Amino acid sequence: MGRAAEIARQIGWYWGTLMGDNHYRRYIEHRRRTHPGESILSEREYWRMRHDATESNPNPRCC
Amino acid sequence: MATPTAAPSDHIEETEGDITYIRTDKDLPPVAIIDRSPITTRHKIIFGIIALLGAIAWAIIAFFRGETVNAVWFVIAAICTYVIGFRFYARLIEMKIVRPRDDTATPAELFENATDYMPTDRRVLYGHHFAAIAGAGPLVGPVLAMQMGYLPGTIWIIIGAVFAGCVQDYLVLSISVRRRGRSLGQMARDELGAIGGAAAIIGVLVIMVILLAVLALVVVGALAESPWGVFSIAMTIPIAIFMGIYLRFLRPGRVSEVSLIGVVLLLLAVISGGWVAETSWGADWFTLSKVALSWCIIIYGFCASVLPVWLLLAPRDYLSTFMKVGTIALLAIGILLARPIMDAPAISQFATKGNGPVFAGSLFPFLFITIACGALSGFHSLISSGTTPKLLEKESQMRLIGYGGMLTESFVAIMALITAAILNQHLYFVMNAPAAQTGSTAQTAAEYANGLGLSGSPITPAEVTQAATDVGEKSIVSRTGGAPTLAFGMSEVLHQVFGGTSLKAFWYHFAIMFEALFILTTVDAGTRVARFMLSDGLGNLGGPLKKLQNPSWRVGAWICSVIVVAAWGGILLMGVTDPLGGINTLFPLFGIANQLLAAIALTVVTVVVIKRGLLKWAWIPAIPLFWDLTVTLTASWQKIFSADPKLGYWKQHSICQAAKEAGKTCLTAKTPADVDKIVRNTFIQGTLSIVFASLVVIVFAAGVMVALRAIRGGGKPLTEDEPVPSRIFAPSGLIPTQAEREVQKQWDALPKSHAKSVGTGAH
Repeated sequence: MGRAAEIARQIGWYWGTLMGDNHYRRYIEHRRRTHPGESILSEREYWRMRHDATESNPNPRCC
Repeated sequence: MATPTAAPSDHIEETEGDITYIRTDKDLPPVAIIDRSPITTRHKIIFGIIALLGAIAWAIIAFFRGETVNAVWFVIAAICTYVIGFRFYARLIEMKIVRPRDDTATPAELFENATDYMPTDRRVLYGHHFAAIAGAGPLVGPVLAMQMGYLPGTIWIIIGAVFAGCVQDYLVLSISVRRRGRSLGQMARDELGAIGGAAAIIGVLVIMVILLAVLALVVVGALAESPWGVFSIAMTIPIAIFMGIYLRFLRPGRVSEVSLIGVVLLLLAVISGGWVAETSWGADWFTLSKVALSWCIIIYGFCASVLPVWLLLAPRDYLSTFMKVGTIALLAIGILLARPIMDAPAISQFATKGNGPVFAGSLFPFLFITIACGALSGFHSLISSGTTPKLLEKESQMRLIGYGGMLTESFVAIMALITAAILNQHLYFVMNAPAAQTGSTAQTAAEYANGLGLSGSPITPAEVTQAATDVGEKSIVSRTGGAPTLAFGMSEVLHQVFGGTSLKAFWYHFAIMFEALFILTTVDAGTRVARFMLSDGLGNLGGPLKKLQNPSWRVGAWICSVIVVAAWGGILLMGVTDPLGGINTLFPLFGIANQLLAAIALTVVTVVVIKRGLLKWAWIPAIPLFWDLTVTLTASWQKIFSADPKLGYWKQHSICQAAKEAGKTCLTAKTPADVDKIVRNTFIQGTLSIVFASLVVIVFAAGVMVALRAIRGGGKPLTEDEPVPSRIFAPSGLIPTQAEREVQKQWDALPKSHAKSVGTGAH
């Protein structure tokens, strides 16, 4: 049971990271580490910032 | 971008047996492991067995005759060859050329901002990279190449990937990582000088336009006169907009959740498409001609490239990633469970005669041009430079991501080849020969296919009609472009495993939707990327154009979008109205463009390898480069100069020009208007062929000159960045080694505040 739960957690983690669910959490950790004590964007603002960045620097998709 | 100043660091090496641990900070665990352990006996035996199994599979594919070769042998041959290629050839490239240094920080670590620069777990990045490089290309190319039989295609997809495609992707990634993730165009300018660089940048842009046009043409071929398909694809737009609004306003950041909702809606759209197509209003609204459909895609492409990213592009991309990974896995399972038998011959009559209806020309060079993406794809170099380096944790992971990512794409191409090879061959030609030859009705198409002299029992018109009815279409005659054939093959495989005959129509339209979904995602992302390239390129000219480089200047963005969309839209319209058939004349141009881009990428890579003083190992990128140049320049030469009116654009042009002056018709043209179209289209196609080939020859010549100067000991130095010590650790391969596990434990034991990669796995 413990092992099955662990595997499910790993798959969930993989999928979440691939699609972007935990990107905001990573951003918080990153800010805390590199700019401790400074303001942190809310999740809504973070995704706005991400999409604005893609706006001016789109990722190509291949054939 | 300011270079982060690194804290003064140590460089401590400790060696235990065959393993060296490198620390860049005496208070931190090692950041790099150099493992010199010789291969163990156990591994020798395992790889020996894999090699043997692969050899048996290859022997069965190549020498076994009698039309009973099972598809599973293709899967085994492919996987065994990939494993050997990855373990030995990629490792050789790693040791001799790439020489990864894990004690050096990657661009992702250096500029980490949790947005576009972010050290990402290698397994996740592998998924990202694969989703970015895989698309419709590796699915469509092998299907079209099936006209020459399964053997040449299989050999080129597997061997080409191991020695050319993967090498290109891996090496481009490796040089871009050492240059802060610079793009191919920028690296060409830095390494080849102004002229070579400018030719490369223009080449990338022109090639991009052709890519978008031909991919859009594939979608048009799949959706024209198919109300079911048009409905389900049209529904993807409101679904994506709903997802965009959900993520922006309702639940930001819940990407998996919204993608799952999107996929469910998408399945509903595919199912309800069947009902809608049955109704009279549905058939009325959604039965669109090729020209009308082309206009829809052109308008869509323009809107998608100027609308905000969050509204359409980003959610479509999520949906497309989800579908891509899911469907490809589904197809692999389907093939392994259904274990279909090949119907196609190993080598067909068209391979030598060069008069096949799907695309003109003989095996050499046109097979290699047609398969394109599955074996060697120049477009990957745009992703290997730029996007992926900004997410890479460790240099030693490049082998998994660059080389391994392309192996997976090659495997996708093999599966596409299998789905086309298991189809009844008469049916294959009924679907893929242009309407001018099949005559567009079941009756004429069956007669046409039976007249080709294929093996197997002839096909009856009733069987052609039945095949169409089975997949919920009115007709499948001359559904060119490859996508419908692939969808047909996929429905053959998947209905045997999931759902039975009643689901055949569903699987067909599911597959059509899945291909169209990621072609349209490529079209909107590609239009946007090409728009930026154009505004950047024009901005470099200076003067009032300089203003174009400001991305927030909306008018400039609109103008550039209109230019890009007009360029590919024009070629698309030219293709759909082409009396000669469209896809069979344009697809070679797409293939040539893609392979020429690969030539540009491989030139840059080879020059860098020579400049680094690794002349002895320059053959690794130089062999695929010379092969690719031989193939593409021969193909270009034939397309430009061939006197065969089936092949040469200018020959077709002059025949029809003469016919026009004499007031007669020519080739497959039936009216004077058709003659005019052929005169115009062949002129454009012929001119594009000349432009592509000349640009690549310029880039290659610039490369040769720089390389010669470097060999003589002169010339400009490399533009590699100064290495900065790394302060994070991550394993290299898919499965961590014993030593890597132990070091990882030391890192995990550190207090949370310490510098470590947050993108790294759930430990």
